[in-house]
Amino acid sequence: MKQSFREALKSGEFIVTSEIGPPKGTKLEKMRHHIEILKEKVDGINVTDHQSSVMRFPSLGGCVEIKEHGGEPILQMTCRDRNQMALQADLLFAYTRGIRNVLCLTGDAVPVGDHKQAKGVFEFDSVQLLRTIRHMESGKDMGGNDLEGAVEFCAGAIVTPEAKPIEPQLIKFEKKVEAGAEFIQTQAIYDLDNFAKFMNNARQYPVKILAGIVLLVSAKMAKYMTDNVPGIFVPQNLIDELASAPKGGALQKGIEIAGRMIKTIKEEKLCDGVHIMAIGREEVVPDILAAAGLNGHVK
Amino acid sequence: MKSITRQKPLEEITKQLEGIERLYLVGCGTCATMTKTGGKDEVLAMKERLQGAGKMITGWTVIPTACDTMTEASLAENNGAIQSADCFLVMSCALGVQKIASYNGKPAIPALDTLFIGVEDSPGLFHEVCDQCGHCVLGYTAGICPITACHKGLLNGPCGGTNNGKCEVDKNRDCAWTLIYDRLKAQGRLDLMKKYQPPRNSQIAPRPRVTRVA
Repeated sequence: MKQSFREALKSGEFIVTSEIGPPKGTKLEKMRHHIEILKEKVDGINVTDHQSSVMRFPSLGGCVEIKEHGGEPILQMTCRDRNQMALQADLLFAYTRGIRNVLCLTGDAVPVGDHKQAKGVFEFDSVQLLRTIRHMESGKDMGGNDLEGAVEFCAGAIVTPEAKPIEPQLIKFEKKVEAGAEFIQTQAIYDLDNFAKFMNNARQYPVKILAGIVLLVSAKMAKYMTDNVPGIFVPQNLIDELASAPKGGALQKGIEIAGRMIKTIKEEKLCDGVHIMAIGREEVVPDILAAAGLNGHVK
Repeated sequence: MKSITRQKPLEEITKQLEGIERLYLVGCGTCATMTKTGGKDEVLAMKERLQGAGKMITGWTVIPTACDTMTEASLAENNGAIQSADCFLVMSCALGVQKIASYNGKPAIPALDTLFIGVEDSPGLFHEVCDQCGHCVLGYTAGICPITACHKGLLNGPCGGTNNGKCEVDKNRDCAWTLIYDRLKAQGRLDLMKKYQPPRNSQIAPRPRVTRVA
């Protein structure tokens, strides 16, 4: 990768980011393989932070691995597991290891995960974490003390364009932008008409928006997500399209759908880029990019 | 204010009573009676169950309000039965247990778990109303507490887990921030929700919490 993620955001070019999930355990080979596949293909790689409240190898460790392999990491940081001292300490460490991008998240609830009796911290929320980063950049910590060496981050956050009702979500989106978010990765979107409506409003804010593309691997998965995952709506025509795939061909169909959506988003200039989440199928991200006509995306 | 309690499983109660044979039972006429966890009926039922488990019950009482200053006088009336017991088994919230634990040096064992401070929505259904955080934000949130009504206690709006006005933790529970949004909107005060709320001070009254009112 020739340029930093922040430079890519400023370039005005169509942005592509993707993400990897660290392992549950200490075997890093698969994650490293995914890093190798992605690092030359995208502008930044998110590392999830105990996604769905399932305890794993830390996002910070995943980001260090990406740096060591010559990629551009985006550190996902939730407020679920750390109080303000731990959050700040991790930011200091991240900066010293060349990690320059942070995605600020509230974090999933503890009971949805695999440590159901754990304490959810949530001392800060995503808006407060964004402000913490901006505060630390001024050379101070949250206790008001001087830092011996400050930090500087390209900070971002998320939004859920399909949330119902959408209005409270938009108020929080506005607060994130005011708090200094430079980029927004959205929750998965599938209904591009609805997304275009969301963007008509969102476009007025000084923030880069990357549409969330979650790879659909079967009609069953698409149906499950639309029925069970908050803020995700998969239109029936996409579920039908996946169901119509020949036996063993659903994944290929999902790649086609993701590629087609990305192509439309780029051609119709719906937003500034996409964030591709392949959830365990990271090896097919290059195929999605090829289907979108984005081969050799990163210059 | 109601202290909402739940009876411990008998197994846990008897585990706490290992090596103790003679018990004096204490119920509470206020919160634990309303929650049907430590009123007269529950105390008598507990007496039966513990006798069945081989314990000797030297006596029982239901103190009008186990946590107030009248507790001592109330217990003094039953001194004979109390003296012949090895310990108290207290069927009140933790306030009553701690009050009785300092009465005459005899151990006070809780038969209930204290869950939260709440109000009754319908018979038998209670919900938490205050976390006693010392940092009341109800003035900004239309009188709905985001600390207790939101699973994550968020101050600046809903998380991404909100779903058709329900919470990601439980589809049957309302999303606090949808309720707050709706009420602020009806009041024409949505500007309050747009205002940034800084993190709470977690040490506003450091533990052990003590305060002197003027």
